[in-house]
Amino acid sequence: MTAAIPILEARRLTRELPGPVPVTLVRDIDMRVTAGEFVAVTGPSGSGKSSLLYLLGLLDSPSAGDVLVDGQPTAGMTDNALADLRLARFGFVFQFHFLLPEFSARDNVQIPMRRLGVLSAADIRGRADFLLETLGLADHAHKLPEQMSGGQRQRVAVARALANDPAIILADEPTGNLDTKSAETVFSLFRQLASDQGRAVVVVTHDTELAARADRRIHLVDGCIVP
Amino acid sequence: MPAPLGLAIAARHLLHRRRQTVTSLLGVALGVAFFIAIASMMQGFQKDFVNRIIDSSPHVTIKDEFRTPPPQPVESAYRGAVIQLRGLKPKDEVRGLRGARAIIAALEQLPGLKVAPTLSGNALLRYGPKDLSVNVNGIVPDKERLVTKLEKDLIAGKLEGLYTAANGIILGEGVALKAGIAMDDLVSVVSPEGVVLRMKVVGIFRSGITATDNFDTYVLMKKAQVLQNRPNVINRVRIRMDDVEQSEALAKSIEARFGYRTESWQEQSSNVLGIFVIQNAIMYSTVGAILIVACFGIFNVISTVVFEKTKDIGIMKSMGFRDADIRRVFVYEGLMVGAIGVVMGWALGFALVEFMGSLEFKMEGFVRAEGFVLYKTPKHYVISGAMGLVASTFAAWLPARRASRLKPVDIVRGAA
Repeated sequence: MTAAIPILEARRLTRELPGPVPVTLVRDIDMRVTAGEFVAVTGPSGSGKSSLLYLLGLLDSPSAGDVLVDGQPTAGMTDNALADLRLARFGFVFQFHFLLPEFSARDNVQIPMRRLGVLSAADIRGRADFLLETLGLADHAHKLPEQMSGGQRQRVAVARALANDPAIILADEPTGNLDTKSAETVFSLFRQLASDQGRAVVVVTHDTELAARADRRIHLVDGCIVP
Repeated sequence: MPAPLGLAIAARHLLHRRRQTVTSLLGVALGVAFFIAIASMMQGFQKDFVNRIIDSSPHVTIKDEFRTPPPQPVESAYRGAVIQLRGLKPKDEVRGLRGARAIIAALEQLPGLKVAPTLSGNALLRYGPKDLSVNVNGIVPDKERLVTKLEKDLIAGKLEGLYTAANGIILGEGVALKAGIAMDDLVSVVSPEGVVLRMKVVGIFRSGITATDNFDTYVLMKKAQVLQNRPNVINRVRIRMDDVEQSEALAKSIEARFGYRTESWQEQSSNVLGIFVIQNAIMYSTVGAILIVACFGIFNVISTVVFEKTKDIGIMKSMGFRDADIRRVFVYEGLMVGAIGVVMGWALGFALVEFMGSLEFKMEGFVRAEGFVLYKTPKHYVISGAMGLVASTFAAWLPARRASRLKPVDIVRGAA
């Protein structure tokens, strides 16, 4: 299932770090991701795959080029507008779970919904429990992050990324810190998010075996896409 | 961002760093408590002092002096000219208020005030081996009791004693103690005019104002006139008003009308009232210093939280929290510490004031006291609360601003 307009598009995306010797992180990237597509970004360390992901996720601003979300250019948007866009359309999963350590799993999943402020308190709680249950964490909802295993935490992070039902899921080495079994669980989760729920999923990974299971693979070397 | 979410995050942060939070809370609480205690003590003392002055001394005093010397005839003849007069001698005349009867009669017509004439002058009080310099006030007891509270201040004897004894004198407690004089003792009073009177002590008073108790004595007007060799002269008119606030206005109008220097109680105790201004300045700067220290505590704890929570800030921002949301979380933390600290400070301040109120001790400075006179008012709580909240919000603002400016990509990249 592909839509006419790509849900996420990069146009001649370039990011340089200014300095006495400017460092180019990514150069002239053109890519499109459509709804329901699972894209893996691979490449050696320092090839700029994470930088590309941050640019796609509007966490970093490009030196040149543009990122289009739902066909709308984002260059020139204010920080607040970008934040609002991230809140409603994006879900992030990082190598480290980045859960707020003072909050239980359920509270962590609730936070993006409470920030968005669309659902009622009861609905927010219901959805958080539903998401945790879907990810097999129903029994752990009340636990603090430090009381859970690495795989469980990462699944809570996925649940949190899904909280506001985003169209785009971006993940940066989501399995990097997990044992093989947990990595497998998390990866098939992303697979489902794309295939079954029609979300656009972009995962940065150095694990070629996992990357092979994506719909499409983008390989980066020195900040450029190589076929 | 809905406020409950920001408050929830702020509260969790603070609860996670309990010890530092408690330290900052104590800082604010102590600042607020000390302000309440010190302010209540200082203002209590000041108000008590003013009340004693208003109570015991006349509200307005007309003196036989002029604020500016009368102009020389040559000066009015050549207005604005430079004039040098040599060999000028003051006129040797009987000092005193001229036309005092008319002045008193005129003042007595005015509503809301009582008038008492006085002849006041220095004299030497001799008792055994002791010589004390005192101020002898010739009074008319029946008028005096309407104007000052001398009668109430008497700790021995009666005001009527001045009438009944042949040569009666009322001493301040300090005078009596210094010379070892008791009731009914005979003392010699020697005036600058060389007149010596043997007088009998018919009363001793204690006004509570040290300067008065150590220096003032009272005799009948006639005796004072004999003593000073100034028959039928008075040199002070003292006025008590129903409305104390009108004193300054009345003093001005009297001075304008009769020309004599006329002082309100504020002017007469301007030196002490000036000290009060300095006292208040010291109080505010002391308490300000405490609150600044408290601010450092808050700044410290919130800076630490911001530093420790860098990752959390990064993830919240990538999640879609705006800069202002992040700032608000940390300002809330300052506000929470401030608000809880202020409430704790109120309780502590209240307890301190109650404790000071229960203390008893004897002290003699400007006034004689048997403990702290405390002024209790909600105003102190409002002021200290506002200062505490403003200070803690300000202390939180700086680290909060730094937190809000963190770039999510730097944090996420750095950690990953």
